[in-house]
Amino acid sequence: MTKVYKTSTRPALDNVSVEMGKGEFVFLIGPSGSGKSTFLRLLLREEVPSKGRVYVSNFDVAKMARRRVPRLRQSIGCVFQDFRLLPTKTVAENVAFALEVIGKPRHTIQKVVPEVLQLVGLDGKADRMPTELSGGEQQRVAIARAFVNRPLVLIADEPTGNLDPDTSQDIMLLLERINRTGTTVLMATHDHSIVDSMRRRVVELDHGKVIRDDARGVYGVGR
Amino acid sequence: MRASFVFSEVITGLRRNITMTVAMILTTAISLGLLGGGLLIVRMIDKMQLIYSDKVQVMVSLTDDISANDKNCSTSICADLQRQLQGSSNVETVTFQNRDQSFQRFQQLFQAEPELLRLTRPESLPATLQVKLTDPSKADALVKAFTGKPGVKTVDDQGVFLQRFFGILDSVRYATFLIALVQAAAAVLLISNTIQVSAFTRRVEVGIMRLVGATRWYTQLPFLIEAVVAGIIGSILGIVGLGAAKVFFLDSALSGPIASGVLPRLDLLDVVAISPILVGVAAVISAITGYVTLRLYVRL
Repeated sequence: MTKVYKTSTRPALDNVSVEMGKGEFVFLIGPSGSGKSTFLRLLLREEVPSKGRVYVSNFDVAKMARRRVPRLRQSIGCVFQDFRLLPTKTVAENVAFALEVIGKPRHTIQKVVPEVLQLVGLDGKADRMPTELSGGEQQRVAIARAFVNRPLVLIADEPTGNLDPDTSQDIMLLLERINRTGTTVLMATHDHSIVDSMRRRVVELDHGKVIRDDARGVYGVGR
Repeated sequence: MRASFVFSEVITGLRRNITMTVAMILTTAISLGLLGGGLLIVRMIDKMQLIYSDKVQVMVSLTDDISANDKNCSTSICADLQRQLQGSSNVETVTFQNRDQSFQRFQQLFQAEPELLRLTRPESLPATLQVKLTDPSKADALVKAFTGKPGVKTVDDQGVFLQRFFGILDSVRYATFLIALVQAAAAVLLISNTIQVSAFTRRVEVGIMRLVGATRWYTQLPFLIEAVVAGIIGSILGIVGLGAAKVFFLDSALSGPIASGVLPRLDLLDVVAISPILVGVAAVISAITGYVTLRLYVRL
């Protein structure tokens, strides 16, 4: 697929073709401006490609009707560098919010929220406010929120960007655990050590082109 | 759709933005109060037309010497006039009212104006022949035919005065509607602005909602309901204001004409009767404004 933004002459993504299988763990790396964010936005139908197609599971993302986009997004979980928690809601409420707004019944929410909080290692902190938590804990809440609806794909955009190395390592262990449940994990990152230590598939973008796709890669070859 | 979720979002939204919400409610209230005022005038005109339609008469005032001397239309001039009037087409009844009766009627009409009553002597009022017409709108011919006849001082078609009076009421009504319209425009802009501010202050929430796959209804409904709730509160305030204006201002200002039967009485029931219209208008306008704003200015 190719994506050219209206305000730019150079394509943000230039004839990129990548296929990721169900249950894979993939790093998306590359310098700022290489097209990582555009890649993720196309998967979420935040943008539509200028040319080419995007498929997520059975969704023909670029072609689907707007009213079906929520269905697509319900099958993708998202985690960001800046956590994006709601400061006025408790940990449990933040997680529950993701289910409330897609109309899940209350009894379901009451059952699954504690489960997922336990999964991410936050049992006992359900009633804390996000500001009372460390960065690592906040990111766990964000991951819990992204995973609580059991998405097919978890997209993580620099999830460790604001965290120290030890905490980052913990977050990676959590993402690995989620990956083992069969969820595809796609993580955009700049973090060399993490990519190097995990030895997972690495897709590298540069100037909108895929310049590397290694099945068990490291961050920089010969850097 | 979970009602409790939407409801709590609406409450938070209205509270977070309290100054804008109050401004929006007050503007809506004034606009709808004025609209209600206009509607009340329309009702008043309707009532008056009912009251007057069978009362409108052509009044033939008689000259001073007849007025002074003829107590029961027994002079030949007066009797002739009465006979001629009765013989004319379009005339239903003719009643003679002598000077004393005219004065009594005058006293009854202007009991609220004691100065006027003190200054008026029976001698300044003429005796009259009151002509009731089959079709009051065709009074012209009769007025023309009897003006200038012996014994006749003036011939007045009350319908003309009434039309003039209704004309004044009409312009008051139009002015009220016009101000209401200007206020409504201000209210619409405020509603639109409030929604934009509201959406901006909640952009993180809305962003998350979009991301986790909330439908358009879920993301937009709280904003829409917020606008509609504020609109409805505004309209209720407007209605309360109208009721208060009626009780504390109109009732005393118009007590005279109402007591003498010149003006129809406006009941609180009239205010109640127009309130569903006001609430409905408020709800529909704020909903449309909200919807259009969300479509045009807010990316949800």
